[in-house]
Amino acid sequence: MNGVLEKVRALLGADAVLDPGAAGIAPRIAPPSLDAAALLLGTATAEGWKVRVEGAGTWQTADAPADLALTTRRLDQVEAVEPQDLVATAQAGVGWDRLRQQLAERGVWVALDPPGLAGRTVGSILACATAGPLRQGFGAVRDHLLGLTAITGDGRVVSSGGRVVKNVAGYDLTRLQAGAFGAFGVIARVHLRLRALPRADQTLVLEGPREELSRAADELRESGLGPAALELLSPALARRAGWALAVRCAGSVAQVEAEEATLRAAAGGRFARLGVEESHAFWQRAGEGLAVRPVTLRLGGLPDSTEDLLDLLQHQLGDEWISAAPALGAVRWSGAASADHLRRLRRTLAALEVPLTLERAPWELRRTTGMFGAYREGIGPLVAGLRRTFDPEGTLVVPVAADE
Amino acid sequence: MTGAALDRAESLSRELSRLIGTKHVRGAASERLTYATDGLPTHRRLPGLVVLPGTRDEVIAVIRTLARHEVPFVPRGAGTGLSGGALAASDAVLLVLTRLNRILEIDPTNRRAVVEPGVVNVRLSAAAAPHGLHYAPDPSSQSACTIGGNVAENAGGPHCLKYGMTTQHILALEVVLADGSVVQLGSPGGEPWGPDLVGLFVGSEGNFGVATRITVRLTPTPRAVRTLLADFTSLRSAGEAVSAVIASGVVPAALEMMDRSCINAVEDSVYAAGYPRDAAAVLLAELDGAVSAAVDADARAVAALLTERGARSVRTAADPAERERLWQGRKKAFGAMGRLSRDLVVQDAVVPRSALPDVLETISAIARRYRLVVSNVFHAGDGNLHPNISFDATDAELKARVETASAEIMAACIAAGGTITGEHGVGLDKLRYMPLVFDGEALAAMHAVRRVFDPDERVNPGKVVPVHACREWTGAARGRGLPVAGSFSA
Repeated sequence: MNGVLEKVRALLGADAVLDPGAAGIAPRIAPPSLDAAALLLGTATAEGWKVRVEGAGTWQTADAPADLALTTRRLDQVEAVEPQDLVATAQAGVGWDRLRQQLAERGVWVALDPPGLAGRTVGSILACATAGPLRQGFGAVRDHLLGLTAITGDGRVVSSGGRVVKNVAGYDLTRLQAGAFGAFGVIARVHLRLRALPRADQTLVLEGPREELSRAADELRESGLGPAALELLSPALARRAGWALAVRCAGSVAQVEAEEATLRAAAGGRFARLGVEESHAFWQRAGEGLAVRPVTLRLGGLPDSTEDLLDLLQHQLGDEWISAAPALGAVRWSGAASADHLRRLRRTLAALEVPLTLERAPWELRRTTGMFGAYREGIGPLVAGLRRTFDPEGTLVVPVAADE
Repeated sequence: MTGAALDRAESLSRELSRLIGTKHVRGAASERLTYATDGLPTHRRLPGLVVLPGTRDEVIAVIRTLARHEVPFVPRGAGTGLSGGALAASDAVLLVLTRLNRILEIDPTNRRAVVEPGVVNVRLSAAAAPHGLHYAPDPSSQSACTIGGNVAENAGGPHCLKYGMTTQHILALEVVLADGSVVQLGSPGGEPWGPDLVGLFVGSEGNFGVATRITVRLTPTPRAVRTLLADFTSLRSAGEAVSAVIASGVVPAALEMMDRSCINAVEDSVYAAGYPRDAAAVLLAELDGAVSAAVDADARAVAALLTERGARSVRTAADPAERERLWQGRKKAFGAMGRLSRDLVVQDAVVPRSALPDVLETISAIARRYRLVVSNVFHAGDGNLHPNISFDATDAELKARVETASAEIMAACIAAGGTITGEHGVGLDKLRYMPLVFDGEALAAMHAVRRVFDPDERVNPGKVVPVHACREWTGAARGRGLPVAGSFSA
């Protein structure tokens, strides 16, 4: 332990040691630059240290066994915001809420509303690929990335993509990094695709029994409506007496007015419009509610299997904290679950060709069940090969392969 | 070729014939000549052998046979690519996938389809149309190009401005790796199953294997569409108008630009669309959505913006026939340019949108300097330029000027913060530019990733990522190929 600290201090200076750690608690190191992070990881690989990576520490529990924790919280520069080109460059340790605020001041946004608590970093959101309800209208996390710089487990600085909205030069290593939980390196800097802030942004909510809301969601989907979010939330998450179907319309004034008119005509006119403050609080609480129970996971099925997936979750894990996009077949669940529960659920889901990704969990659960569980035939060796490519000595503690 | 090598080549040819039928194994020079180029006339390679398997199982059997013989191979769709990516050298087998052209499933409820790689892009949209759906990526070659090729290149098209590139529409893939093993990437609903290997595969230009089954997202066909044609007296004001539209928050489905040279080529052709010949540039803007009144309002807002930014006139297509005509001119612009000269280099680069006016002027200056005819037709909303150079490839001196001018255009786009390809891929043509946009570490990482999928680098060798040799990055393939029947030095 002391040997690690001494070397780190010599390499990066005493200021880089955020917390010297204690018995059983790894020291927390905050490199002040990308070069410093690369130097640290290069040294860690040479020395055989294991490194746990974290952002602000608001999402994943800080319990993975390691010789040191590398936090990106001092990589906290918004390097560029270019509203005219709709591109921003941010370091990984920038808090999402701070980024959102800086962008809003320039009339732009990243159309993502990831779950999590205040302070959650850009890097955490990208590494875990946790898109929120806006994935309905604007796509997954990967669809908002133009390029990034990652630092490999052995300290190489690898950039991919670029700063333009269309780019097919070389392989898409940017997409590979999104959602890999840092298995292929520490995301250090990202180029994000921006959009002009919507001129109108309206949320409407329908409350009722889950099955009825699912039918309403189906009807809306058939109507050709293209809302920014179409999300089914459990009563606890929505803080309502019953389930809630929340529809967010965002875009030009004309577009939002037209969508709202369609919604008001649907479901017997029972959609209730939320005020600006109310709608902000509604979505924020829902996002926070998915970041405080011990485990958060996501399933990706087909739209017409959403009801079955919700039944399955209710039966096997309980359905208190759920947020689902029925038009996408995407379901996020949070609560308490054992390794046995997760394995059994994954077995059932595998037969349905539905992946279960563990987004947050105590280390022991992550270690024993893996972020992704068992791979399908032939995939394990590819993932292991990619791990060797980006982290040859297994310096980064990330349970993405069955043998880790 | 030595006698022993010839024997082995002939034995391989016989073996492949037994697997897929003699008529689908083409060794005669005249037959192979058909496949010596793609849509880009500046590169030419005669494949050693051409095979056309008809089923997924035949593809697997062929690839396993090639793996056993350690022979490199190049997957190819319709051959409409514009980067020399689907060319095979004389020591390689060209694996043509156009016979795998079945649409296996259309699932309107879940808005997805499962297709074989040889399905022609526009055919998939036609098959989905009765369900009110379409396949959104629409490259200009969509009446000929295949979904497999689109996946390999991460193809774009005018409507990618709103709907995204091919990668945003691919949910899952069945892939045959170089060793003949078969893997399933992604999941039926599109959620990655583990790290996003679908995202990694799309746009890998065939280097990671052959997609034999492709699950795509289908998109609801918009119920309301408005198409506008605005004309400008300067390229600069047209470029600035593009930025103004994007900044307004309205997201057009497409925002395309054509310059005077292109306009006149179109107007001189059978695809004449009524573009004003004296304009410095025209912008084709399309708005779409589910509700007619909202699309009308957005179209009015865009028309007002274009006028404010200097459009001489803004015309709205009165009916579907006029819309079709306006689009036909745009989509067939490359064909129309064929009238200008014997050959055409269709270039592809991307710049930040705000750099469009300056870069367009730089390209004009380069054209003047090298005494070349450059016509611009491109996806302005994305900053995706297509400067097209008309020339005669039989004129060596002219060809050299085209090469130099192309390199200068690429350098100008990179200097403006852009990149060397937005939708056509690297292939052979852009290999030399890769070190200009990626450093050695990034190129080495790409190379290492490729070797995870294809350790011997036998699939589409020598493309996409230059290999570091003699302190220079080059496209030299590893010398692993065996001579095959009919192979010769092209």
